[in-house]
Formats: sequence, C-alpha cells, structure tokens
Amino acid sequence: MLKTEIITVTASADIVAVRHAVRRQAVTIKLSLVDQTKIVTAASELARNMLVYGGGGEVTLELLQNGVRQGLRAHFVDSGPGIPDINLALRDGYTSGNGMGLGLGGAKRLVNEFDIESTPGNGTRVTITRWR
Amino acid sequence: MTTSITKILLNQRGQILQEWLRQQLADRNLRTDLVSEAELRADSDRFLQAFSEAVQSGNLSDIQDPAYKPTLEMLESFSRSRSHQGFTPSETATFVFSLKQPLYSALRSSGESDPVELVDKILTADLLLDKLGLYTTEVYQRSREEVIRRQQEEMLELSTPVVQLWEGIVALPLIGTLDSARTSVVMETLLQTIVDTRSELAIIDITGVPTVDTLVAQHLLKTVAAARLMGADCIISGIRPQIAQTMVHLQIDLSAVTTKATMAEALRFALKRSGRGTLENMKSPASKD
Amino acid sequence: MERIPILKMGNFLLVTIQVDMHDQLASALQDDLTNRISKSNAKGVLIDISSLDIVDSFIGRMLANTSAMARVLDAQTVVVGMQPAVAITLVELGLNLSGIHTALDVEKGMEMLRRNVGIPDLDKDTGAED
Repeated sequence: MLKTEIITVTASADIVAVRHAVRRQAVTIKLSLVDQTKIVTAASELARNMLVYGGGGEVTLELLQNGVRQGLRAHFVDSGPGIPDINLALRDGYTSGNGMGLGLGGAKRLVNEFDIESTPGNGTRVTITRWR
Repeated sequence: MTTSITKILLNQRGQILQEWLRQQLADRNLRTDLVSEAELRADSDRFLQAFSEAVQSGNLSDIQDPAYKPTLEMLESFSRSRSHQGFTPSETATFVFSLKQPLYSALRSSGESDPVELVDKILTADLLLDKLGLYTTEVYQRSREEVIRRQQEEMLELSTPVVQLWEGIVALPLIGTLDSARTSVVMETLLQTIVDTRSELAIIDITGVPTVDTLVAQHLLKTVAAARLMGADCIISGIRPQIAQTMVHLQIDLSAVTTKATMAEALRFALKRSGRGTLENMKSPASKD
Repeated sequence: MERIPILKMGNFLLVTIQVDMHDQLASALQDDLTNRISKSNAKGVLIDISSLDIVDSFIGRMLANTSAMARVLDAQTVVVGMQPAVAITLVELGLNLSGIHTALDVEKGMEMLRRNVGIPDLDKDTGAED
C-alpha cells in the first residue's frame, strides 16, 4: 500500500507546492523537525533544477514501509537536455548557471539515499530518500 | 462463496458475538487480571462490527483494501492499548484468531451441503483472520520501536543538559564518548536552548570527552557554524593536548572558532564579550553624560 | 504579484518575511530593497526570517546578494531569527553565507545596527558624508 502523490512542475510557484507536499508527507511519517527541513530543502533544490535546467518535469512522492521502518521517497523526472558529466555536477562548486554551485552535491548530503540517472538527450531522473 | 461469509456476518452477528465471548471467557489463558468482562465485550463487539462491515465489500483477501480501513484502525488502537496494559503480542493476536471457532461453527450450520465448498469458505475466513491477527503484531512492533526511540531521546537529552551560566551565556559540558547520533541530538538541543534563552554566547566544553574523531569534530564545527547563522557565537573549551593533536592530524580547521583551554577562561571571555553589549547601556553614577 | 512590504524606521529598513517565498517573490524583494536603500539613503537593513521554516540555496543567495548590494550602497544588513533546523540544514547544504551579519531576533538585530551604524533618526543629520 504505497500512497503516491504527483506534482507537476512548470513554474516557480510549483516549487513551493513541492515544498508543502514534501513537508506534509514528512510530517505524516513523523520525521524529526531537522530531518523534515532537510528533505524539504533538498526537494526544493531538485525541483528548481528540474525547472531551470530540465524545462520542468514531474515530482512523485511515496511513503515507504520497510518492515517497521518508515521512509519518504521523492522522484524528480524531467525530459530536458540531461547532465553530461554527473560526477562534475555532484562536486560542490560546479555551476552552469549563475548559481552558488551547490545543486546536487548539497542536496545529496541532506538525504539518506540519493540516486541519479541522466544522459544527454534523455532527461534526468533523481531519487532521494529519507528514512525515519 | 462470497455471499455466504458475508451473509452470516450480516444476519448472525449477534449470535456469533455471544458465542465468541463465551469461548473467550471460558479460555483458561484469558488475562482476567488485565481486562474486565465488560471491556472484552466492548472490544469484541467493536471488532466484529468493523469486520462485518468490511466483508460486506466482497473483498475477503486483501486487507489493504479501503473497506478494511476502519477494521485496521480499530486493531491499531486496540493493539496499542493492549500493549500498554501489558499484554504480549501473542495474546493480542490470539484475540483475533479466537474468532475463527465461532465463525466456523456458524459456517458449518449455514446449510452449505457441499463439503468442498464449506472447506473453501472456512479456508478463506482462516486466511483473512490470520492476516488481521498478524497486523496486530506489526502494530505492536511499531509502537515498541517508538517507545524505545522516545526513551533514547529522553535519555540523551537528560544526559547532556545545557546550562545557563549568565544572562545570554549558555554552556554545554560534554561528558563521555560521543557517537554521531548522540552528538546530533545534543547539538540540536544546544541550538534550541540558544533560541529559548536568547543567548548570544555558547560554551561547548569538551574536557570530559576522552577522544574526538573526525565525525564528532565535524559535528562540533557544524554546530558552531549553525549557531553563527542564528546570531550566536560558540566558544569551545577544554581541548586537551591529545585532542588538539588529533584535530591537527585530521586536518580539522579550528581557525575560525574561538577556543579556550578551560571552561573558566571561556566564561571570563564570554562575560567580557557580552559586557560590551549590556553594561554599556547601564548608567553608573560616575559616568559623564 | 504581491510584494513583501518594507518598513522604514528612521534610516533603517525593516523587512519581515512571513510567507513561503517563490523565486520571483524573492527576486522582487531583492530589487525592492536595493531600490529602497538607494532612494531613502538607509544605513541599516534588518531582515526578519523567524517565520521561515525553509531557506534553500535560492533564498540564501538572495540574502547574500542583498547584503552585498546594501554594502555597496553603504548600508549594513542583518538577518535575524533563523530557526535552528534551518541553520543546521544550511550548514549541511554547504551554503556559504559568510559576510552576512546575523542576530537572534529583531531586538538584538536593531542593537547591532545601532552599535555599528548609529541610532536611527539621530544619525540623519550627523552621519558622516563621504
């Protein structure tokens, strides 16, 4: 029984919607305030990436139950140009726009599990998970 | 097949409840020390009602189906309260399993003449009640986990109290070995106390910490950085020579952090620092205006 | 689009951010503050973020940029009231907010501005002109 929630991101107001949805789900599985803040912030970063570099996309949230362990997983999928060098992008200081060069590396530190698939021309898919 | 179990629960619910209660009360293993007859009657009635309504949906196998939501909710609160009362998880699950006997009796006398059909129905009911009984065990496990987690958090908070030394100055004397989890909780407590007491200075004393590894040192530095973002400064005191050496070896950069050898020196420093803000505004008789 | 209001107190500007800002709102605030500092010759800016339960890199960048631009315009900025969970997250995120002055709350923020910049109103005529 996995409750999934899907949010479409096409404008910056949608990033706020993503934050609120992630917060709601995080509260549902009773994550600590710090853990909630971390995953909501990571989601905000990734949703923005999706919008700015991926041309918009879809965020899917799912609650996980692994035995007695509960978790929150978020998928960020876009069909944008893709990332040519993921390792470079994950390194702090990397920037292709006028950002502070945080992007993926920072978001990765805020969650327990971080997965990314991206090839030029095939879009990008990032999955993050926070366990209780 | 569906209609038979469903119909029985619809039409004979009262009789099934009576028979179920009779059997439960006759059971020598019943924990009469923990539950009264009236409570047992109320619990049984509640479960049977929810269960009857759930099977009306026609779904007799998938307890994740929305039709079973009220039943699961009832079992959830039932399991929690039973665990609080001191029942073992087996005793709680047995409550659900014990419904099998009266249900089968009712099925047998339901007028189903084909033995194969009858066995089929009984097996269906059997599997269904097994799932529901096991659900109570899952709930029990989850609630025990929560209790343990809460106790651990409370212990962590108790074992590392943050002390207010002066107006605007708090101190966190760390004692014992620090692991990553404990350090996190402790640091969060410090930051929250800074907000609650409106303290601009926090002294983190590590005199009582025998060793500091990279992880703990990083936590310390992150806490100092977080406090600064919030508008407070941290002083780390009690760094013994061995720890200083370890930190240098691990290339931990403390250049941006104020450090003092002892808590006393840290406090002296803090008082001087905060004096700039508070005493300045106090007019003393000798000052000229 | 609504804009976040900026209050003037003597030669200080006070902003209280109480909504979850979307990117455009944050950018608009940055522009509004810069314009207002310049127009009013403000010497101090206080940004109250005590209601924000999220500060991501975009908002962090906005705060850092605003502070830098204010400095160019000879005004000091202080960001007050960051929540502990937000601070912990920002540190983990690796955001470099050095150069931003911070204080625990509005009162302490004002104290800091007064100490560094001078009392609002009284300084209007005696402030050093460069």
